[in-house]
Amino acid sequence: MMAIRSILIACALLIGAALHAGPQPDELLDDPALEERARALSGDLRCLVCRNESIDDSGADLARDMRMVVRERLVEGDSDDEVLAYMVERYGEFVLLRPTTQGINMVLWVAAPTMFIVALGAALLYLRRRERASSAEIGAELSPDEQARLRDLMRD
Amino acid sequence: MFIELGHFALILAFAIALAQTLVPLVGAHMGWRRWMAAAEPMASTQFLLTAFSFAALTWAFVTSDFSVQLVVSNSHTAKPMIYKISGVWGNHEGSMLLWVLILTLFGACASWFGGNLPESLRARVLGVQSSIAAAFMAFTLFTSNPFARTANPPFDGRDLNPLLQDPGLALHPPFLYLGYVGLSLAFSFAVAALIEGRVDAAWGRWVRPWTLAAWVFLTIGIALGSWWAYYELGWGGFWFWDPVENASFMPWLFAAALLHSSIVVEKREALKSWTILLAILAFGFSLIGTFIVRSGLLTSVHAFAMDPDRGVFILYIMAFFMGGALTLFAVRAGAMEAKGVFSTVSRESALVLNNVLLAVSSFVVFVGTMWPLFAEMLFDRVLSVGPPFFNMAFSPFFVALAAILPIGAMLPWKRGDLRKTMRPLWPILVFSMAAGALVWAMQTGRSALGPVGVLLGLWVVLGSAADLWARTGRGAITNRLRRLTRLPRADWGKATAHAGLGVTVFAVAGLVGWEQEDIRVVQIGEAYSFGGYEITLRDVRDVEGPNYLSTMGFMDVERNGRLVSTLTPEKRIYPVAGMPTTEAGIKYRFLHDVYLVLGDPQQGGGWAVRSYIKPFANWLWAGCAIMALGGLLSLSDRRFRVAAGARRRRPEDGSEVAAQ
Repeated sequence: MMAIRSILIACALLIGAALHAGPQPDELLDDPALEERARALSGDLRCLVCRNESIDDSGADLARDMRMVVRERLVEGDSDDEVLAYMVERYGEFVLLRPTTQGINMVLWVAAPTMFIVALGAALLYLRRRERASSAEIGAELSPDEQARLRDLMRD
Repeated sequence: MFIELGHFALILAFAIALAQTLVPLVGAHMGWRRWMAAAEPMASTQFLLTAFSFAALTWAFVTSDFSVQLVVSNSHTAKPMIYKISGVWGNHEGSMLLWVLILTLFGACASWFGGNLPESLRARVLGVQSSIAAAFMAFTLFTSNPFARTANPPFDGRDLNPLLQDPGLALHPPFLYLGYVGLSLAFSFAVAALIEGRVDAAWGRWVRPWTLAAWVFLTIGIALGSWWAYYELGWGGFWFWDPVENASFMPWLFAAALLHSSIVVEKREALKSWTILLAILAFGFSLIGTFIVRSGLLTSVHAFAMDPDRGVFILYIMAFFMGGALTLFAVRAGAMEAKGVFSTVSRESALVLNNVLLAVSSFVVFVGTMWPLFAEMLFDRVLSVGPPFFNMAFSPFFVALAAILPIGAMLPWKRGDLRKTMRPLWPILVFSMAAGALVWAMQTGRSALGPVGVLLGLWVVLGSAADLWARTGRGAITNRLRRLTRLPRADWGKATAHAGLGVTVFAVAGLVGWEQEDIRVVQIGEAYSFGGYEITLRDVRDVEGPNYLSTMGFMDVERNGRLVSTLTPEKRIYPVAGMPTTEAGIKYRFLHDVYLVLGDPQQGGGWAVRSYIKPFANWLWAGCAIMALGGLLSLSDRRFRVAAGARRRRPEDGSEVAAQ
């Protein structure tokens, strides 16, 4: 039974990527400030073999390697941006969970604010029209028949 | 035999769905009353046949009939009964059948409770609803047949994905589908109204309960999924901005917008064409969600059918319904003239702003979700859009929404006075800000998240209470208290749902802002202190479950020398599916959860252990539950009013005048 069990566990570990795990105790840096930066950076980097997980959440071996690389770079004195640049150079833009603002990506970042301004503008225009109709108060005092007649007249 | 009958019932239901699409629509167009009336028995029959078909598949799962391919792939004799049943929808084919079942259920409900709808509108609604059912039945029958037999039945099945073997996730899909599919009825009403060329207050009143029901179901479904992620995925994350989560979140946002704009249609006969457009888009986003999950185009944690053919089929369905509805909208929307007039400072305007914010935040989610696809197809850039983007781009709109909510909720219809509305709200605003500032001063970290959460949470919750209180009019406190109990349920529902949102916003901010984490190696018998607790790893033992093997840690959690709880975090292995899972040990407490995860055994002895303090985690699920409860309260009021007829409507309108 134990033998079967250990085989099963071994198999399970091979596909252990399904498990979320994150940094192991032996990975942590002694300097708390540096470690905090490492955690923050890990949250912004994608585990390449996982589905939509940051390396900070992933249990995959590759994620562990990537976490180690981040910590190595930090220990060697890289700034946060330098670490990210290093990771992009090594793994491609895909690794960044926070997309850059370069080139066409600018569209992604300005899409929402632009949409908000356009929507707000349209809403204000609509409200202004309603308000004008409101100050005229046409139709409010008319009976349904009169309103229907008015509509007919307006159509002509 | 039973399985073949189930399959046959679904084919029959498909034939009826086709007939139910044609007959009532032609009947309504020509004014043939008999043809219109035919829609109702057809809707009921269609539902009963689909229900039978679903029951047949469930029977196959319950009895572990391994001559059915789907049962072989997703079930196992050793599995507990509840997961044999939930296994029916824990896979692509079965979940499509559930989807179709719910579609026909909503169609049947529209015919059962649609007695006071105009004849032609009812016929058209049922016809359009049935056309959606027909499309998805065709999809199920032709691309994802759940009833396929296997030539060589094995002795046992391959088991359900262990991650799905969980009570929360057993219920998550049915609720989500009730929500997604509930929006199909709003869509059918919108298209029927466009064909009729008429939208009036009655239409708004008819669409609202269905949208409300769909929204309540979506709220529960999303909350269940999020709760599941919290306790199952092993580190207490509750929202990942995963494409599939976004797929359910976009319809939720649209349903919320539709809910509010249809109030304006009902009460003020304005915003008609916008509401129609929202109803179309809300269901459109449900279809996009289905497409995202089923096509595997955007791979994510829980996409189950990675089959391009199926994706293309759903794309056709989507193109047909969205293209058709939007074209109809473009042609007919001009005919919807608004009647109600109102000034810029009014409840109507506040609801317009609500709609702008909800629609834009939904748009943010949409753009972020689809951007990697666009960027790769059009610009050849392989990139990711992850949580950092969504948190940054989405949050401002939701903060704005929470900020305007109490004011908008209290503004009177038609013409308001901001100063007068703000009078009862000023003390609340000052109090909330003071509380936020106090928390800011007291907390150790520099994060503004927690304090802002406190501010917004208090502002929205107390604002909702003030809204309710203001509706009791003037006079002695005892009189007002008595009137409070007699307020219509819709008022209670509104205040409750808004307060639930406030609680949720606060909980999210608190949970993210004040979480504590500890990672360490612990020897058996060793104790460590963390977050005000003394935690001891007493033992790690192997335990055998019904269909899994578990490595279970026994950890005592003490506070001030008193045992709070003994938690048993586990690492499980499901041998049949060959998959490991983690089961965190969680002590749910009022102000925070203690969350323990057992990691791997270490080379030098001992075990990796992660400990978390999760502040206000319970408040998050409670907030969602309160929101859903508010929706249900409001819903119960509507049914009452529909049943009681016009007699009840007058005094309520009177109270509204008094409150202004």
